[in-house]
Amino acid sequence: MAKVLMKGNEAIGAAAIKAGCKFFFGYPITPQSELPEYMAREMPKAGATFLQAESEVAAINMVYGAAGAGARVMTSSSSPGISLKQEGISYIAGAELPCVIVNIIRGGPGLGGIQPAQSDYFQATKGGGHGDYKMVVLAPASVQELTDLLMEGFDIADQYRNPVMIIGDGMLGQMMEPVELREPKKRNLPPKDWATTGTGGRGHTNVINSLFIDPAECEKHNLKLKAKFDEMEKNEKKYEIYNCDNPDIIVAAYGTTSRIVKTAIDKCKDEGINVGLIRPISLWPFPYEVFEEYADRAKAFLSVEMSLGQMVEDVKLGVNGKKPVYFYGRTGGMVPVPDDIVAEIKKILGGAK
Amino acid sequence: MAKVRGKVTFKEHLCKGCELCTTVCPVNIVKMAKDRINAKGYHPATVYEMEKCIACGNCATTCPDTVIEVERIRDNG
Amino acid sequence: MAEMVFQRTKGLQDRPFHYCPGCTHGIIHRLVAEVLEELGVLDKAIGVAPVGCSVFAYDYFNCDMQEAAHGRAPAVATGIKRVHPDKVVFTYQGDGDLASIGTAEIVHAAMRGEKITTIFVNNAIYGMTGGQMAPTTLVGQKATTSPFGRDKNHAGSPIRMSEMLATLEGPAYIERVTVTTPAHIRKAKKAIRKAFEAQIEGKGFTMIEVLSTCPTNWGMSPVEALRWLEENMIPYYPLGVYKASEEVK
Repeated sequence: MAKVLMKGNEAIGAAAIKAGCKFFFGYPITPQSELPEYMAREMPKAGATFLQAESEVAAINMVYGAAGAGARVMTSSSSPGISLKQEGISYIAGAELPCVIVNIIRGGPGLGGIQPAQSDYFQATKGGGHGDYKMVVLAPASVQELTDLLMEGFDIADQYRNPVMIIGDGMLGQMMEPVELREPKKRNLPPKDWATTGTGGRGHTNVINSLFIDPAECEKHNLKLKAKFDEMEKNEKKYEIYNCDNPDIIVAAYGTTSRIVKTAIDKCKDEGINVGLIRPISLWPFPYEVFEEYADRAKAFLSVEMSLGQMVEDVKLGVNGKKPVYFYGRTGGMVPVPDDIVAEIKKILGGAK
Repeated sequence: MAKVRGKVTFKEHLCKGCELCTTVCPVNIVKMAKDRINAKGYHPATVYEMEKCIACGNCATTCPDTVIEVERIRDNG
Repeated sequence: MAEMVFQRTKGLQDRPFHYCPGCTHGIIHRLVAEVLEELGVLDKAIGVAPVGCSVFAYDYFNCDMQEAAHGRAPAVATGIKRVHPDKVVFTYQGDGDLASIGTAEIVHAAMRGEKITTIFVNNAIYGMTGGQMAPTTLVGQKATTSPFGRDKNHAGSPIRMSEMLATLEGPAYIERVTVTTPAHIRKAKKAIRKAFEAQIEGKGFTMIEVLSTCPTNWGMSPVEALRWLEENMIPYYPLGVYKASEEVK
């Protein structure tokens, strides 16, 4: 397939349809409304169903029902809407249902704003809903990567019977870039013999459930989930290492912020400062080991985020005290500019001399 | 002429002693067995005068715990 | 010669109910299960259990089941029905679940005319959590969170869901029934059957509201509770058909 120029939000829709997503339940919210609009237009042509729900709460519970009925299904929203979906996400994780959830993050807390932000990192990676659960959280930095990860996300969800979240921001959602929809690496996906499809001739009933009233049973269920999360941690880490051969400092950044950081790295190079980048692509599972491994190579680390410091906590866990870890961020919809990142790097290196 | 009578069977171990069945019997034969308690700790419902049963099914229809089965028996001659 | 007049339906699993003595959930479960068996759709039925006393409904119905979050059963059922339009999908919900936390979900499922059947069990109280005031609790009725009786000026008047949903275009059939006598129970079963038939024929959203008791939290014997229902609930929640679209009539 030849590359076509696509807007991020619409590319998500195209990739989902290509990945065999047959159901989309959503609710309008800026800055991701082009996605449900695209789905409303394009899904019927693909023999798929778009349904606008009465709320994000209803939408995620429709996802629960459809996923439990054996379908490939997704929903999308932006920060305040994702907060509303947390109840359903927890139930989906508890009942072990596969689905893909897209969060095009905007500034918070509360109604916040509609401009790009990364301040939902904690909510996405540390379990925004209640209970011990994890979901794979993927943070693409380009429209191409967005479609690649989205398509793979459906397979990851099916492989582990677990929700997968794709996070981006308004920049990624709105930017137009050339895209080629590419099939992900083939995985062995288990049959959905657990789905509620009507017993037919099956001989037993299937039940989708997250209730375990006996604490011993509930603990047993949690341990089963934990074993699954451990597998995901082992198999699903993704990251990019950029210019880290001989760095003075290593910056940690993900998503669109990492692209701004790359510009800052070029500017630093012009001034004789060698800056590396570790870009986590999977925010959960987080590539802690990579930070520990590279801790010997740099004088310091700097986490650059569109938040007031969230991923920096994981960077610190990864670096494990071997080197100082600094933070620079803008928030509320303000986007860091390369010159400010360069200034921050100079300040740190000046102090580190 | 064929004579029709009824027979009710109680799965006594399921009975919770709510007494709803005793209020709907048109011939007033469903009683609580005050002489025994089941494993749940209730006096179970029972019928002492089965020959009066007319197999109307009211007791079983009203029972919230499907304790009761009802048969209609036709005696020929 | 003997014939069975009444025996346990295959629509129920062989498992005793956990409900309190005299709780009418058992009767209503049985009616739904009997209807599914008699319509021959047990193998293509998918039910959605609520949160409340009937949270374990998935242990009792002999068909595929999903357990929903509190109030969300109509949204979950929407997801299921859209995936399997040829299957028979139902929700089983209490009054806290449907008429309080899940009002948005039930109203919009009804508005869309989702081809599902909702069994709405209204006993005017929260049972599982210990007898708190429900949106359906009658004015003056005592509950653990309305210890002096529901005060209209403070907590408003109880919500009549069947009447409210009947104003929408989406529902094909809405009827309110009760289970206080064998005659009422037989009538309730007929209503439930009619609702499922309308769903199977693709007519639209269907709901049967069943006025029901909670002897434990009402503080009455099961027999007293049935009489209290007849004397107090039926006058406020009149029985009858509230919506029957042209095709269902």
